[in-house]
Amino acid sequence: MMALPALGLIGVIALGPVLWAMWESLYLHDLRMPWLGHRFIGLQNYVEAFSDPRFWGAIGHTVVFATVSVTLELVFGLALAIAVDSMRRGQGIVRTAMLLPWAVPTVVVGLVWRFIFESPAGLMNTVLAGSRVIASPPIWFADPLAAWTPIILADAWKTTPFVAILLLAGLQSIDRSLYEAARIDGAGAWRQFTDITLPLLMPALLVALVFRAVDALRVFDVIYVMTGGGPGTATEPIAMYAFSALLENLRFGYGSALSVMVFVITFLLALVAIRRLGRRALVEPVS
Amino acid sequence: MASISLQGVAKHFSGGVAALLDFSLDIAHGELLVLVGPSGSGKSTVLRLIAGLDLPTSGRILIDDQDVTGVPPQQRDLAMVFQSYALYPHKTVRENLAFGLQVRKVESARIDERVREVAKALGLDSLLDRRPAALSGGQRQRVALGRAIVRSPKAFLLDEPLSNLDPTLRIETRAELALLHRRLGATMVYVTHDQEEAMTLGSRIAVMRDGTLEQVASPMDLYDQPANTFVAGFIGSPAMNMWPGTMIHPDGGCRLVGVRPHDIELASTGVGDGAGRIEILEPLGPATLLHVSIDDATVTRARIVVPPNTRLAIGDRIAFTIRRDRLHWFDKNTGKRLEAP
Amino acid sequence: MTWRVLRRCAIASMVAAILFPLYWAAVASFTPESQLFGQVDLVPARLVFDHYRAVFTERALGTAVWNSLVVAGATTLLCVPIGAMCAYALARLQFRGRTLVLASVLAISMFPQISIVSPLYLLLRELRLIDTYAGLVLPYLTFAMPLTIWLLVAFFRQIPRELEEAAFMDGASRVHTLAAVVLPLSWPGLATTAILTFLYCWNEFLFALCFTLGPERYTVPVAIALFRGQYQVPWGQILAGALVATLPVAVLVFIAQRRIVAGLTAGAIKG
Repeated sequence: MMALPALGLIGVIALGPVLWAMWESLYLHDLRMPWLGHRFIGLQNYVEAFSDPRFWGAIGHTVVFATVSVTLELVFGLALAIAVDSMRRGQGIVRTAMLLPWAVPTVVVGLVWRFIFESPAGLMNTVLAGSRVIASPPIWFADPLAAWTPIILADAWKTTPFVAILLLAGLQSIDRSLYEAARIDGAGAWRQFTDITLPLLMPALLVALVFRAVDALRVFDVIYVMTGGGPGTATEPIAMYAFSALLENLRFGYGSALSVMVFVITFLLALVAIRRLGRRALVEPVS
Repeated sequence: MASISLQGVAKHFSGGVAALLDFSLDIAHGELLVLVGPSGSGKSTVLRLIAGLDLPTSGRILIDDQDVTGVPPQQRDLAMVFQSYALYPHKTVRENLAFGLQVRKVESARIDERVREVAKALGLDSLLDRRPAALSGGQRQRVALGRAIVRSPKAFLLDEPLSNLDPTLRIETRAELALLHRRLGATMVYVTHDQEEAMTLGSRIAVMRDGTLEQVASPMDLYDQPANTFVAGFIGSPAMNMWPGTMIHPDGGCRLVGVRPHDIELASTGVGDGAGRIEILEPLGPATLLHVSIDDATVTRARIVVPPNTRLAIGDRIAFTIRRDRLHWFDKNTGKRLEAP
Repeated sequence: MTWRVLRRCAIASMVAAILFPLYWAAVASFTPESQLFGQVDLVPARLVFDHYRAVFTERALGTAVWNSLVVAGATTLLCVPIGAMCAYALARLQFRGRTLVLASVLAISMFPQISIVSPLYLLLRELRLIDTYAGLVLPYLTFAMPLTIWLLVAFFRQIPRELEEAAFMDGASRVHTLAAVVLPLSWPGLATTAILTFLYCWNEFLFALCFTLGPERYTVPVAIALFRGQYQVPWGQILAGALVATLPVAVLVFIAQRRIVAGLTAGAIKG
């Protein structure tokens, strides 16, 4: 029917490659050394990955980054949404402001924040040193741990407003009369929040959580332009390690294995999420 | 104008919900048949099956004795007035009315003529260039009606067309619909949950419950000879009193006796078939409705209608007699109508 | 009453915090290179256009802008009509496996892009499409198509079924109904979908990085990410490029913010 051309296209272009990548991961395929040929080596690439410290490092970086980022974004996003929801006028202007960070290309976000945190005389350091909050601010991008600060800030800056917009829509769909009834019953603001807002906002929160988590696990752009994975490989997420293996080292077999693992992790998470959200929440029944 | 016939029609939805069970009904041409019943009774399903918007799980649907079960709605030449009117919001009233004819490739001169004719008949001619959003509820309802009339279809299907109107407008429009039916001589299938609407409009009424047809008869037949306790309780307002048979007759052990509130009279002598205390007194205007708690232990309440100027107050004790010629007997277990013992 | 004042301050400071980095970047892009670090001038004394000039003459940012326009535009033009047909079928027609298809569309949009880079690269190399427009549009379809379908399904669902049923009773076929009733009513949704698709393509980085080889075909994000200075990072030019990259996006947001929000919420929060 009508659906076929579109479906056919995606099927070929998206599903195909994933399956191919899985296939490819079972081979030794190093484009730098074409004389080695294209040998089938089974799961050896995966075995190599599991004993590769850089691989585990990358996984660790990704998971920690995702956890911290998403938590920050949900909490601040919720706070922002609640604040905007209570505004009676001017919501449009605030919403436009909130959309900008989301709409800006990720590389721009990364570059701008890198500029701000650039040492020794970037804006952040100038302000910190000048206000004497921190006597000698670190050289952010040279320190394996400190480098995460600008990265997470940049990511949070970009996505918190977006999360807020989603949650705002959810908030606005809550019937006002529920709050009025609660007020008449004597419930204070905190009580109203825990008993009305949170439960009714749960679907929207879950959606935001799932989408953000899946996106955070795939992070690439922001880190690429801010630290390139450095110093060394201290901030390298798994997507970047796969990229490096594929296009810098041209180890297609190994890189494919890595990227398949990224896929598996995200896909499993997505599945769990879809199951949790319930088929009803995702696919409205046709009545 | 067409006759419509449903034979052994059943409709099951995925998930096991049975909306209709072995439903059969014949609608004569030119008849205004009302499908009435509580929500969930399947009446809208019947309408949608006749329209072709849903397919029956089993059974046949015939229009003018032709099997149309597999025919799509586009080709059945029926017109439907939706509960929500479903006017095309982006088209003007004129375009809304003209759409059905345009689809059928009628020539535009003829379309114009017909649209103007119908608009005039419904009082819409000043509104032809407005969009639905700029119309009142009553006006939208008339456009929905007009859209159906314009096409001169074989039959009209109306899905609770009055339920979104204010009560006064509803009664007004109800009368207009009755007039329209007489003028057009059209076959109409009319769905409502309001038994009063059904009684005033239908030449025949089909009472439905839980996907089955309980009874189909003329309004007065339904009122005087309800086929079971459900129909008896559903038709007629205030609802019929349903009492154990022993209240009236010693042999009435396994029966129920139904007595309409209008068929009970107050006994001026203080002695009658029963006595009790007035719990609630509702002045309805043309009459007053009493809810009386009865002394007889087996029966809790009686609904009695009395003339409006009767001097009564809450707490008064009254006695009443029941008109013996207006009794309805039903089997206690099956609810079916029985002869008097 | 202080609660209200507090709230207003909080919102104002949040909005400021949101907009400040962009403002700062804009200011910096008009600041001569020598003054970029060390001082905090919230309002610049004078504006300098050197960076912008350099970016367009020395670094061919203009070509990159054109490339981005072509690729994003082509992808959008392809995705919206085809996606609309698919979305309509998914939203309205009953067929077995519908839920499965919808779930897969969603799942595919969650694919990590890195996972399909390698096979796509090899495929494009076979087809000799590396470093071409088609070589970017094709991969872009992998995320743009599910996005369009997902959004349009949500939008089509918002149109009351009874309107289409009324058209059927009037005698209109499915295709006629789609054209005469559904599409006119859903054009806001179509516009929003087009805008969102365009935005995602414009901002896309990974595929553009992997599948282009030189400044001739770089898209804007790739171009500015790869600005390299001879002795130091050319921040002035990078920020000027960043602003150029952001400008069309900002314009779109200003014009269509209500639409965009409607699209995001329709797609993300069902119903």
